[in-house]
Formats: sequence, C-alpha cells, structure tokens
Amino acid sequence: MTLLEIDGLRVAFPGRGFRAAPNEVLHGVSLSVAPGETLGLVGESGSGKTTIGRAVLGLVKPSGGAIRFEGREIGGLQGRARRGLSDDIQVVFQDPYSSLNPSLTIGDTLSEPLIIQGATRRDARARVRTLLDQVGLPSDAVERLPREFSGGQRQRVAIARALGPRPKLIVCDEPVSALDLTTQALVMDLLVDIQRQTGVAYLFVSHDLTVIRHISHRVAVLYRGDLVETGAAVDVTSKPEHPYTRTLLLAAPVADPAEQRRRRDERRATASAGVDR
Amino acid sequence: MITYIAKRLGTGVILALLVTFITFLLLSTSFGDVARTILGQSATPENTAALMTAKGWDRPVIVQYGDWLLSALRGDFGTSVYTSLPVGPSVVQRLLVTLSIIVPALLITAVISTMLGVWAATRGGVVDRIAQGISLIGYIVPGLLLAIGLVVIFAVQLKLLPATGYTPLADDPAAWIRSITIPVIVLTIGGVANMSAQVRGRMIDELRRDYVRTLRTRGVSSTSIVVKHALRNAGSPALTVMSLEFIQMFGAALIIENVFALPGYGSFAFNASLQGDIPVILGITAFGVALVTIVNLTTDLLNGWLNPKARDH
Amino acid sequence: MAQPESERPLTRRIEPVTKSVTAPSTSSIAVARANGGATPRTPLWKKLLRDPQAVVTTGILVVIFALGLLTPLIAPHGPNESVLSMVNAPPGTPGYPLGADESGRDIFSRLLHSINTAAISAILGTGVALIVGITAGLIGGYFGRATRATTEWIFSLIMTFPGLLLLIILMPVTGGDYRATMLIFGVLLAPGIYRIVRNLVLGVKNELYVDAARVSGVGTLRILGRHVLTVVRGPIIIAAAFMVGSTIAVQSGLAFLGVGSLEIPSFGAMISSGFRNLYIAPTQFLWPSLLLGLITASLVLLGNSLRDAFEGSKPKPSKVGAGQRVAEIDAETLAVPPAVLLGVRGLAIAYPTPSGDLIEVVKGVDLDIARGEVLGLVGESGSGKSQTAFATLGVLPNEAVITGGSILFEGRELIGLSDAQMRPLRGKAIAYIPQEPMSNLDPSYRVGSQLVEGVRSALGISKKEAKSRVLALLERCGIADPARTFDSYPHQISGGMAQRVLIAGAVASRPKLLIADEPTTALDVTVQAEILDLLRDLQSELDMAVLIVTHNFGVVADLCDRIAVMRQGRIVETGLAAQIFGDPQHEYTRTLLGAILDESSYRTDPPVTAPTQGGQA
Repeated sequence: MTLLEIDGLRVAFPGRGFRAAPNEVLHGVSLSVAPGETLGLVGESGSGKTTIGRAVLGLVKPSGGAIRFEGREIGGLQGRARRGLSDDIQVVFQDPYSSLNPSLTIGDTLSEPLIIQGATRRDARARVRTLLDQVGLPSDAVERLPREFSGGQRQRVAIARALGPRPKLIVCDEPVSALDLTTQALVMDLLVDIQRQTGVAYLFVSHDLTVIRHISHRVAVLYRGDLVETGAAVDVTSKPEHPYTRTLLLAAPVADPAEQRRRRDERRATASAGVDR
Repeated sequence: MITYIAKRLGTGVILALLVTFITFLLLSTSFGDVARTILGQSATPENTAALMTAKGWDRPVIVQYGDWLLSALRGDFGTSVYTSLPVGPSVVQRLLVTLSIIVPALLITAVISTMLGVWAATRGGVVDRIAQGISLIGYIVPGLLLAIGLVVIFAVQLKLLPATGYTPLADDPAAWIRSITIPVIVLTIGGVANMSAQVRGRMIDELRRDYVRTLRTRGVSSTSIVVKHALRNAGSPALTVMSLEFIQMFGAALIIENVFALPGYGSFAFNASLQGDIPVILGITAFGVALVTIVNLTTDLLNGWLNPKARDH
Repeated sequence: MAQPESERPLTRRIEPVTKSVTAPSTSSIAVARANGGATPRTPLWKKLLRDPQAVVTTGILVVIFALGLLTPLIAPHGPNESVLSMVNAPPGTPGYPLGADESGRDIFSRLLHSINTAAISAILGTGVALIVGITAGLIGGYFGRATRATTEWIFSLIMTFPGLLLLIILMPVTGGDYRATMLIFGVLLAPGIYRIVRNLVLGVKNELYVDAARVSGVGTLRILGRHVLTVVRGPIIIAAAFMVGSTIAVQSGLAFLGVGSLEIPSFGAMISSGFRNLYIAPTQFLWPSLLLGLITASLVLLGNSLRDAFEGSKPKPSKVGAGQRVAEIDAETLAVPPAVLLGVRGLAIAYPTPSGDLIEVVKGVDLDIARGEVLGLVGESGSGKSQTAFATLGVLPNEAVITGGSILFEGRELIGLSDAQMRPLRGKAIAYIPQEPMSNLDPSYRVGSQLVEGVRSALGISKKEAKSRVLALLERCGIADPARTFDSYPHQISGGMAQRVLIAGAVASRPKLLIADEPTTALDVTVQAEILDLLRDLQSELDMAVLIVTHNFGVVADLCDRIAVMRQGRIVETGLAAQIFGDPQHEYTRTLLGAILDESSYRTDPPVTAPTQGGQA
C-alpha cells in the first residue's frame, strides 16, 4: 500500500503584473511513496522539486491533479482540515538559520507543535527531552536560543521538531545542502537511523545526486517541471535511461583527479556527439 | 514607458477624485454652521435655510460634488464665500509664494545632504561624527522653535533680515531673497537632518555590496566607485525620501508662513478653514492633490531612469 | 561521484549576506567565540541601563511627565486664572516664579498644565497610529496579494498628502478640538507604522520557521501573535518614541497657529503669546520653548538609544580608498623562491568583536603559487579561506585588521600598500572571480559598460578598443550573442551567463594571477561543469596562475595542480593533488576526504514497513 500518492500534479503561480499569464512550474507529475521508504527527488534549480514538497505540505495550492495521503485527497485542504494532517506529515527545511525562530528557545520551538496537538505542558516537556536525546543534542539545549548552535546542530533541532508528533512522512527539503562536508555525513546518518527506528517515510528533495543516492530507496529525476525518470536508486544513478539524467550524472565533478579526467572526457564526447547529431 | 506613465497618471487622477470627494463629504457636514457664520447675528433658522438653498448646499452631496467637479474641470473653482474673489487664481497666487520658499529649500537640501551624506559615508571617523551631529541637531529642534530662534537672532537682535513679510520676485529681487532667507534656512535644516542621514545610510550599505568589491579588484578608481556606482544605486531610495520630504515641507511651511507672515498657500488654507470658506478649501485641496500627483510622477520617472529594474516592471 | 558538499541553493540565502556585510561568515565568529568563551546574551533593559543617553533622557521624561500628573497639587494657579494687575509680570514676582503672560496668567502653572495637554496628544496620536498601523500592517503583510494591494493603496494615499495641511482643512469638521485633531493625526502617522510592520511581516512570513509552524498545525492568529509580533515589537517601540515626539511637536505647532480653543493651555499657545510679546517681555516665549525643546530632544535621543539597543550597532563608515588596516607588525620580509609568483607567509587577519577585542580568523597562513600553477585552497565554512583571498587582493572589509605576516607578489610586499598603490596591480596583474554572480554586477549599469570601465582602468586603452576587446572576450567565454549581452542589464541575464561575464571581466587584461572564490558554488551542476571547462581552457590559454577557493573536492580534482587544506585559520596540509587525494597525511584531511559520499555505495537496507513509533525513548 502506498502512503503518499501524487497523480498528475500541476502547480501554477500567478504571473507578475496585471492579467499576466500564470506561470506553470509543474506540468503533471505522478509519484508515490511507500511507508518507511525514502523517495529521492533530484533536479536543478527551476525543476520544480521543491514545489512538489511544498504542495504535499499544503504550503502551495495545486492547480491540477491529486495528492492522496493514505488514500485520502489532501491537495486542496485548507484551514482546520489541513491542520489535522500535521501529526502525519512533517518537514525539515534546507536552511537551518531561517527554519528556527531566532527569538524562541529550542524548548519552545520543539514543544509548540506538541501543545497544538493537545499535549499537556508536562508531557510536552518530557517528549522534548526524548526528542533531543534522539537527535543527539544535550538536554540543556531546551533553555537556549538557536543562535547558540551551529548549522548542523540547528538542523538536528529541526529534525527533532519534525519527529515531535510521530509523523508517517517527513518532507526533507535539501536538509543537508547548507552543511559542511563532515556535518553533512553525520546528519544523513542520523536521518537513516531515525528511519530504521521509526519507520517514517521521507520525501527527500535535493539537487545533489550523491546525497540522493545515499539516502534513497527510489529516485525520481525532474527537469523543468516534468518527471523524466524514476526507479530504484541503483538503476537511476548508475545506468540512467534518460539523457538528462546522464548529463546530470556526468556534470558533477568527482573527488578523484584521474576519475574526474575520465568523466570530463566522457562528458565532452557526449556533448560533441550531441552537437553532431 | 508610455503605459508606465499612463498608469501613474491614472492613479493620480483616481487619487485626486477620491481626496476631493472625501473632503467634500466631510465638509458637507458643516455647511449649516458655515451658513450661520456668514449670516452672523442675523441668523435665524429660516434665513439660514434660505441661504443654504441659494448656495445649493441643501442638495444631495453627490450632486453638489458632481457640479463642483464639472466646473473645476473647466477651470472654474467657484468664488470665495467671503471675498467673492475667484478661487483658482487666488490659490495659484498663494501657491507660488509657498513654492518660492519650498523649491529653493528642497534644492539646497538635496545638494547639502548628498555632499554631507557621501562625505560622512566615505570618510568615517571624526567627519562622520560631525555629519551625524549636524543631522541630530536638525532632528532634535522642532521647526517651530528653530523659526522663532532664527527670527529672534537675525531679525530682532542683529536686524540683518526682515522678520516678517514677503516681497514678490518681480517687484524687487534683492528684497525677495531677503524675505525668503530665514524661511528657507528653517526648512533646509529640517530637510538636511533627515536626508543626509538617509544618504549616509544608503551609501554605507552600497559601499559594502559585492559589486563594489569586484569593481575594486578590476582597478576601478575610488572616485568612480563612490560617485558613479554607489551614489547612483543609493540615489533611487534617497529620491523617494526626497519626494516625501517635499510633501512634508508643505506641512512645515504652514507654520513658517505664520511665523514670518508670508501670504502663502498654508496661511490661505488656514484662514479659509477658520472661516469655513468651502469653495476655497476645496480649491486648495484640488491643487494640493494635483501637486502631490506631479511630485510622485516625477519621482517615479526619475527612479525609472536611475534604476533599470524599475523600468521593466 | 564527488560533489561532497554542494551548498548551492542555500549559499544564495546565507553566505552572500554575511560575506558582503562582514566578510568572515557568522560561523567563523561563532567558532572563534566558542574558543574564546561564552556567548554574550544581554537582556534589553540591561543594555539600556548601560547607555547613559537612555538613562538620562528617560529620567528627564519621567520627571517632566510626573510633574504633569502632579499639576493639580503643585500648580499655584489655574491655567486660565488671569489677574489684571499681573499682566506681563516679570519672572520672580511672588507667586509667579516665571512671571505672568499678556493676560496676567501664571506662566509656571500654564507650563505644568501644558505638559498634560502634550501627554494627552501624544497618547491619542501615537495610540491611534499604533492600533491602525499594526492591525493594517499585520493584515496587509500576512494575507494575500489582493488584501495587500488594498491596504497598500490606502496608506500610500494617506502618506502622499501633507498631514498638517489636511488637519487645517478639516478644521470645520473637528471644530479645532485638539483631541479630535490628534486622533486624525494618528491616522496620518499610521502609514509609517504600517510600512514597518508590513515589511517585517512580509519578511517573516517567508521565513521557513513560519512555514514549519504552519506544517505543525499552528493557526494563523497564533502565528501572527507568536512568530510575527515578537519580531515586529522592537522596531515598533523605536518608531513609537519618535512618534510621541512628532505628535507633541505638531500639537504645539497647531496651537501656535491658533487652532482650537484658547482655553486649552499648551506649549504652542504659550509660545505664540510670548512671541507676540517679544518686544515687551522677551523671556516669555523662552520657557515653553525650552520645555518643548527638552521633551522632543529627549524623545529623539531616547529613540536613538532604543534603536541601538534593539538593532545593535549599524555598520560604521570608514575611509574609502584607505587600503587595508595593518596592525603594528615586524616588517620582516621573508625570502621566497624566485619561481614563486605569490608567496604568503604567516598571514594573520583579525576582526573586532562588539566588545572591542580582536579575534583572529586567519592565524598564520603560508602559501606559494608558482607561475601558471593552479592551487586549490580547500576548507569548510569559517576556515578563513576567503579572507586569505581577499587579503591578497587588498579588498578585506574595513573592520578587518592584518595582524601579521607578509604577502609577496613577484617579490613585492603587498601588505601595507595603500589603495592607490594596489590599484595598478588589480585587474592587470591580479584578477578576481566572485562566488555569487548576480550581486557582483552593478544593477544600474549595462553589463558591457561595467566591463569596459574595468578594462580601461586596468589598461588605459580607448573606449572603442575596450569595447571590441570586451565583445571578443564575451564570445570567448561562451556567450552566444555578445552584442546583446553587452547591452543587457544584469537582471536581464541568467546566473550562469552572469558568471561568464564576470570571468570575461577578470581575464580581460590577461592577469598573471586569477583568484576565484567559490566560482561555481552558486550554479547548477550542469552549468558548473561548463564554467569549470571554461576556466581550465582560459588558464592554459593565458598561462595564468589560479588560486581557487572552494569547499568542493570535485572542483579541486577537476582543476588543481596542488591543494592546500585549511582549517580554523591555518593550513594543515599542502601537496600535489594526486598526493592529497591518494595519500593524505594530516588527520583533518583524512576526515574531510572520508566524509565525501562514496560513488559506488547505495542505500541497501529495505524500507522498514512496521513502524515502531512507541519505542523511541
């Protein structure tokens, strides 16, 4: 059974200016996420990958198609009905600086969603302590403000906030793109560990194929608002079917001078072959 | 560009209609009082009502407004209730007096503020503190006190300049300059306080931008970076502040005209308002809105010239 | 494939801000601070208590308005109690400490009563402005475009009309009552508050933490109250201080003109009467003027103190063209081998903290670049790699201080050179490619004219010659329609194209050393590959030495001959690219390389289908 099912999703933003034509950024994308699974969404800027995540979260309104969560249509839900989903679908954003309110303590940030769900203050406090422990932060973090933490630590706080209501799906929007190399690896390990423990599913959005390959069971490649390829992570990232996926794969430089030289030559050969054709 | 201007003009016209209508609507509540004031001691309910009918003030507001608007569009703003002089020419005459102190004050403000702001932003240290001190003094002292203080010093104590009165430029240019000197200084000090701080802040921001560093790495001279690049980019927001400053000066001129007994727009409005001279008040409002529209349009056009992004939107 | 840490989309949001304002990223300061001690977190009121200006002005205002409240107890006379024999009594007359006015009313008592008039005006005017402005600002900022367009229109309409004139015109309606007038004036002041609130709300609304709150099921009202109002509070308090000053000044101005009842004692009315009496009793206008001046000045100064306390110190200007600040250091020039084009020895750079101490972000860096060599300077954020590059170019931010070391370019010491002495080198011998293509082009000038200006500054050639050179370069840098790009404004071209333009600008005068600071970080992978190709080709064509600052080992592997690894302000390891990748010596280098996600490993564990959600503790 699928947890999340996206069917022919279209999203259009109003055009700039009076009576301007709307600007469609997703032209009918279909995807599905199974319980406990990670679906990686990869694409470059303007591919619409972030918009898919935001549509699932109810932060943008689809202009067409359907989004079903556990078989229920959630695409156009507003207000109270949408808020009811907040213990099932959560989010971890890209930017660990703007994703935490600078004037609220970590404790307040983490307990807010719990109290909204109807937890008592005492229960919330206990749960916050568990959450901090789960993401590997000291329990005295409760009293402190976001600015006292590094980017990686803030991202852990954001993960703890997402885990708070025990969701079934977390939309991860470039959660490690802002982090330094060493921190990035640690946060990704944490995400995998949590998934193994809790069986939460991830819709994992990234521009970085390497990151996607490491965390995803399945991968979907987006290009300018269209899905170009989808399949098991191994297949898509090692023997891509679609030329765009191949371009994407060859374009990323690899941290090995000899291998990078080989890849560069291959890319240039493909490019000139493309020109000859 | 033409659609841009047309759009702005359209907004101006709507603004003018709306403001004059609201003024008309608000004033219509006091028509009865005005009629009684005109009649003075002889006011009885009967002859007040008769006067209201004679003036047409008992008709529905929208009809009266329509009437007023139609004649205003033909250039006829009616006549003063008290002096029976035509409103249009009187307003223009008074407006010229006020503009003759505001326009010089604004030009001087612009020049001094740009120099002071750029100087402070590019020299730092003591120079910056002096410039900020000058700006602070202008902020701290209310215009009213400044005006009185300058009159007391220059006119009463030193007897250098006339304390009050106005000589039209056409009559005697030297006397004209003497009569507007203190009012212009008062307006300028307030203006410089605000504007120079704005220019300084914008310049500091601009000089810290990435493109400034890149221009420096190409060997572009400091003068070009400051004057050609940073100042131009700082100019667009500063211009908006300047247009608001111009409008503010109209308010400030009201008090200054009173202190210096200048026969300007503000004192005209004040007297008309005191007497409830409704046609005059409406004329003043209409000209005021027209002026505001012109100022805003000019600002938008200048902004479009300074800032290529604004042009494309 | 190794694109270890691509912070592409994010850098757009965070790095440019910190970089363009104060060059060391916030994290490097945080690191430095973590090493140096606790993070300061001073409560607002403590900051204000430490500021003598805030304490004194608050004291003055409290005393004045307390006197106002005590007026019924301490005023010797009523405000309108006139005694004929006391007309224009001089100061010091028994029972009339400051004398009496033209109607024989006690000036001292009238001053006290005027304080209350001023206070009521301030409360009414500011109160209305705050209520109207905040409400409309929250609505206009938080809700959709249509709502905002409406509020926007109304408030710009209010804003574009001279307020004082409107108050005068509406006199027949208000009857000149100062309270009614101040209520209207409050509405006229509201646009200022509206703009502040709307802008902040628009900013906050797009913050991810508000999105996160919405995802967590937090309702609109709660978001406005909890997440938005907390941010808006500071600027509103500051604006309120200034507004209280301007309501009092305007009320005085109107009373001076004679608007309203003559019965109401106010500073303006007193100044007006004193002014009329100037020749008879020259001190009469002085007392109300002084008190009014004291109140408004205190409010302005208090507003400034509040601004400092809430917003922290604003960037200060410093002398343009002064060259980099250098602390007193030993002028010991170290010998470098002649083959070395650029030799950096023991370079140390520090930044002042708010408390005035210097914190070193670069702590003794040694680097050598030979002619025609490509060196990669690699490190994580806050390692000081960009600072090192800026110091070499002589474009460190004004606050930065070079606290030690030497930078030799072709054997010439660069540290201590003035901006004017550096200028002939810049562009011509040393050139620079920035990270963020868009913010590094002046938005007000066409692409071509910016490039021409740079080329002419560096080479001193004619405009026509410079133009043909730039056009040729644009074409060389892979721009399809050079003439069209030449005539475009920066906002009309794409990020990738802007980076090509910047590269063209950098190589225009065939520099000997090209410094590229994360040249591809802001770009998409496919564009990155093309830019790397371009850089490699240009390097061999022009035989430039290149210093590439990057965090991306893939970029390093693609371009560099040698690599220097930097950590917390120090170089930990230098070597040939093959050596560093193949056999790293330093532990940190090994950690970094180890953190690169492997090319061949995939997620192998199957999805966990049975959630064990209870067992998290």
